[in-house]
Amino acid sequence: MDTHEDHVVIGAIWAWYADPANWQGEDGVMNRLIEHGLLTVTATIVAAAIGLPLAIWLGHVGKGGLLAVNVTNVGRAVPTFAVLLLLALGPIGSSYFGPYGRAGLATLVALVLFALPPIVTNAYVGMREVDRDVVEAARGMGMASGQVLREVEIPLALPLILTGLRLAVVQVWATATIAAMVAGPGLGRIVTLGFVRQDVAMIVGGALVIAVVALLLEVVLVVVQGFVDPVARARRRAAPAPRRAIVTEPA
Amino acid sequence: MLIPSTAAPSCLVDNDWVCAEYFRTRSGILTDALVQHIWITVVSVLLGLALAFPLALLARRYRRLEGIVVGATTAIYTIPSLALFALLLPFTGLTPATVIIGLALYSLTILVRNIIEGLKSVPPDVRESALGMGYGRTRMLFGVELPLALPTIMAGLRVAFVSTVALATVGSIVGYGGLGNLLLQAVDSQFKAQVLAAGALCVVLAVTFDVLLVGAQRVLTPWTRTRTTS
Repeated sequence: MDTHEDHVVIGAIWAWYADPANWQGEDGVMNRLIEHGLLTVTATIVAAAIGLPLAIWLGHVGKGGLLAVNVTNVGRAVPTFAVLLLLALGPIGSSYFGPYGRAGLATLVALVLFALPPIVTNAYVGMREVDRDVVEAARGMGMASGQVLREVEIPLALPLILTGLRLAVVQVWATATIAAMVAGPGLGRIVTLGFVRQDVAMIVGGALVIAVVALLLEVVLVVVQGFVDPVARARRRAAPAPRRAIVTEPA
Repeated sequence: MLIPSTAAPSCLVDNDWVCAEYFRTRSGILTDALVQHIWITVVSVLLGLALAFPLALLARRYRRLEGIVVGATTAIYTIPSLALFALLLPFTGLTPATVIIGLALYSLTILVRNIIEGLKSVPPDVRESALGMGYGRTRMLFGVELPLALPTIMAGLRVAFVSTVALATVGSIVGYGGLGNLLLQAVDSQFKAQVLAAGALCVVLAVTFDVLLVGAQRVLTPWTRTRTTS
C-alpha cells in the first residue's frame, strides 16, 4: 500500500473518532466500552470468588497440583470462539442479559471459565512455593492450621495470587472481544460491525480502542500490584528479585 | 440449507449436537477447513520462530536490548487477537497474511522468551570446555548451546503450537480461520453439529501437535531420556 493510501486510512480513522455519532447509541464506543468493562469486572470477581478459595485450600493441604497445571493446559487448547458459540447455542442461549447486552450470560460464563486458569494456577503455585521451613516454624510457635494459613501462607503467596488476578483481568478483557464474533456484547462489536459494513475506519478505530485499553490495563495493574503487594514493597527496600509468573494466552 | 429432501428422521433436521450424518455429508468441507487450519498454524509458528531466533541472539549479545525485546513482545501479547488482525487489515487486507503475521507475533513472544531462557541455562563450564577445545562462535552456538537449550525451546514451541491452533479460529473474521470459518458460519445458521465438530477438531489438532512435538523432542535430545523429561 502506498503512502497516499496510508494517509487516506489515517484521515478516515481520525474522521471516525471525530464523529460524535460513533460514540453514542447502542453500537457507540461509550456503550460498548461500559459493556466490556462490566463484563471484565464481573467475570474476574466471580472467577476469583470460585478460584481463589479452591486454589488456596488445595495449596494449603498440598493436593491437586496436577489439576492446577492441567487446568492451564486445557484452557490453552480450547478455542475461546468455540466455547462462546457452544454456550450461546446451548441451554444458556443468547438473549439480552441486563447491562451485559446480547448473549450476556453466555459471555459471562465463558469469561469466568477462561479467567479461572491464571487465578487457580498462580494462587496454587504461590501457596506451594511458600518456604516449608517458615510454615514449620509457625507451627512450632503453636499457630493453629487456620492461623498459619491466614497469617503466614496467604501473605507470602500474595505476590503470585495478585499476579494471577492481574493476568486474569487482561485475559478476560481479550476474551470478551471474541464475544462479538458470536453477535455478543463488548467493544469487539464495533470491529465485527465494521467488517459487515466494509468500513476500514470503523474496524481500525474500534480495534485501537480495544488494544489501547488492554495495554493501559496491563500497565496500570502492574503499578497497582507493586503498591498492594507487601512482599514487593519490602523488596523495594532490599534487593529486587524477579518472581516466576505463569503467563496466560492471548484470546 | 441443511434439510434433506427425504422425510426420514435425521439428526441434521433436528439440529442435534452430535450427528454422524454431519461427518458423512460434510467430510469435504471439514477436510478443507482442517487443511487450511494446519497450514496457517504451521506457517505462523515457523515465521515466529524465524523472527524469534535473531531477536533472542541480539538480546543475548546486547544486554540492554533484552528488556526492550521482551517488553515489546509482551505488549503485543496483550493485544486481543480480533484487534490485532483488525489493526493489520489496512496493510495486508483480507488475505492469509493478516492472520499469519498476527499469529506469528504471538508465537514470537513465547519463543523469544524461551530461547533466551534456554541459552541462559547452558552451564558456563560447558561453554568454557568448548572454548578450550577451539570451538568458534558459530560452532559453539549450533554444536553446543542450541542442543542444550533445546528442551526449553521445545517447551516454548509446544505452547506456541497449541495456543496458535486455538487462536487461528479468530482468523475467520478475514476469511482465513480454518476450522474457525465453520464456527463463524454456524453463528448465523445455528448449526450445532458443525460447532461441536469444528471445536472438537481444534482440540484434537492441538493435542496432535503437542504429541508430535514431544516425540520430536525425544528423538532430538536422546541424552535427556535417562533423566526426567518434562
